[in-house]
Amino acid sequence: MSAKPVNQRAWWLVLPVLLLVAFNAVIPLMTVVNYSVQETFGDNKFFFEGVKWYSEVVNSSRFQESLKRQLLFTAIALAIEVPLGVAIALAMPRRGAWASACLVLMSMPLLIPWNVVGAMWNILALPDIGLLGWTLNKLGFDYNYTRQPVAAWATLVAMDVWHWTSLVALLAYAGLSAIPDAYYQAAKIDGASGWAVFRHVQLPKMKHVLTIAVLLRFMDSFMIYTEPVVLTGGGPGNSTTLLSIDLVKIALGQFDLGPAAAMSLIYFLIVLLLSWVFYRVMTLDEDPA
Amino acid sequence: MARAWGASAVARIRLESVRHSYREHPAHESDWALKRIDLEWQDGGAYALLGPSGCGKTTLLSIVSGLLRPTSGRVFFDDQDVTDLPPDRRNIAQVFQFPVVYDTMSVYDNLAFPLRNRGVRPAQVDARVREVAELLDLQNMLAHRAAGLTADGKQKISLGRGLARSDLNVIMFDEPLTVIDPHLKWRLRSKLKELHQRVGMTMIYVTHDQTEAMTFADQVVVMHEGAIVQVGTPVELFERPRHTFVGHFIGSPGMNVLPCDVAGGVARFAGVPVATANRAEAGGGRTELGVRPEFVRFTDEGIPVRVVGVSDAGRHQIVETRHGDAVIRVLLQEGEAVPGERAHLGFDPAFTRLYVDGLVAGEDR
Repeated sequence: MSAKPVNQRAWWLVLPVLLLVAFNAVIPLMTVVNYSVQETFGDNKFFFEGVKWYSEVVNSSRFQESLKRQLLFTAIALAIEVPLGVAIALAMPRRGAWASACLVLMSMPLLIPWNVVGAMWNILALPDIGLLGWTLNKLGFDYNYTRQPVAAWATLVAMDVWHWTSLVALLAYAGLSAIPDAYYQAAKIDGASGWAVFRHVQLPKMKHVLTIAVLLRFMDSFMIYTEPVVLTGGGPGNSTTLLSIDLVKIALGQFDLGPAAAMSLIYFLIVLLLSWVFYRVMTLDEDPA
Repeated sequence: MARAWGASAVARIRLESVRHSYREHPAHESDWALKRIDLEWQDGGAYALLGPSGCGKTTLLSIVSGLLRPTSGRVFFDDQDVTDLPPDRRNIAQVFQFPVVYDTMSVYDNLAFPLRNRGVRPAQVDARVREVAELLDLQNMLAHRAAGLTADGKQKISLGRGLARSDLNVIMFDEPLTVIDPHLKWRLRSKLKELHQRVGMTMIYVTHDQTEAMTFADQVVVMHEGAIVQVGTPVELFERPRHTFVGHFIGSPGMNVLPCDVAGGVARFAGVPVATANRAEAGGGRTELGVRPEFVRFTDEGIPVRVVGVSDAGRHQIVETRHGDAVIRVLLQEGEAVPGERAHLGFDPAFTRLYVDGLVAGEDR
């Protein structure tokens, strides 16, 4: 190492970012940590409780049920949206006016405010006056999402698929567009079938964007709140009460700050852990052999 | 030539009046990427398609491989019209500018891929893959993932996928050395040459690099603005360019092209009569003399010039001289001294030709 003059004053330049991060991430998070280990009473009285809230939350059947529902919802959303998004991207035209038209159409659901999406589907699916609900009943299906848990789930999933499949499709489309023509030409010369082209050319080249798509869809669907609250409010009963809805009920409905804070942190850790697992699995074979 | 490698398949490639335009309704002559190509390639030859970027050589290659359908004209392999056949039914292989490998597969699986797609039995696939690997020095890498290889390794795999097929007629190379490190280029190039001798397969090599074309090919097709300007051996292209473009494009530095007058069957430059190898028939067009720097000498009398500069080109020195606006370059022989500022030039009559509107004026005398 050469003996360069060391000037530590440059650290001051980092200060604005540190302040920003502190105020928008560290301080709120630490407040939550603070709540999670204390019992809160009126008059701003706090008593230290240790990990009591954590064990209470983890052992409560209420949390476990919400978590199961949440995992199920995310699994269904991913299982439908990722393959469907890829399929749509494959079917989209590569160039020309139709390509632009498709891109604009596909972007539309992503540009609609989330509570509007919830409201739209709420009305659309009403069994008496909603276009979808009315049609289903006329076709002979007994469908009422405000009373039947299965119907509520189906509607919730349909709404999420409608809202977010575009994101996967657009990312996959970007990945596909980046494949040079030579790959398709070489595959053609090698006599590859359509499936072989997908399996050995398109899928590997889409891997990076798909990793991002899966991570985004996992995180967003796992933390979904606005749309189901507007659509079903967590009902009928607790059948569509996902983790975030439950959390809000505890924190703002019951004002149990301690358990709510503990649950928030557990929730956060689950998202972090699962994201890490997804990322590791999807980038597994990139390590040098 | 005896076929050492491929099956008994023989292919003479013939292009008949092939024209191609990327526009739907070509109106101008400049809308045609290929103007009108008539060409025949013999089985087992090593050919190069040489020309600057945008001259249509890749278009021509894609038409032969079947990736493009020509706007008009027919393509024949032997006597079979293949114009409408897709690439996988033409028994061709192509190596692209940027190496194409299937990233997720091992080197072995890459080489086996075209065979498996064609339903070849596993035992046969294995034998063939090992044979190809031996040919390309890839034996030790068969188990490696193709994605981890260097550019030249990947290019070998692209080539190997073609060689693995027993039904192969032609291998085509589209500027295959573009992304290869300079110190590896000559190795891969001599490997290709050696391969051509071993497998005896027709090879067509597209490039804009004259060195690559001249070292690889027995016959070089020079293209310019969508048309073929000359087909010949490297020596022919050097000694007897049929077009000023060929003279200029091939050689380093290129041929001197000098405006001249023609009267009574004699070409004159700067008032000095210049003897030419071909008949000096003017025919009313723009007349020029073409002579390579290699065939220009300093003499006691002849064309008076001013010496304006000297540059080194490896073992030789190139002297730049001027007569009026015309620049004439002279390649100095070893041991020859650079003359003073005023000098005279003489052209070797055997290698000096008259060109009318860019084309060589008449046959050699």
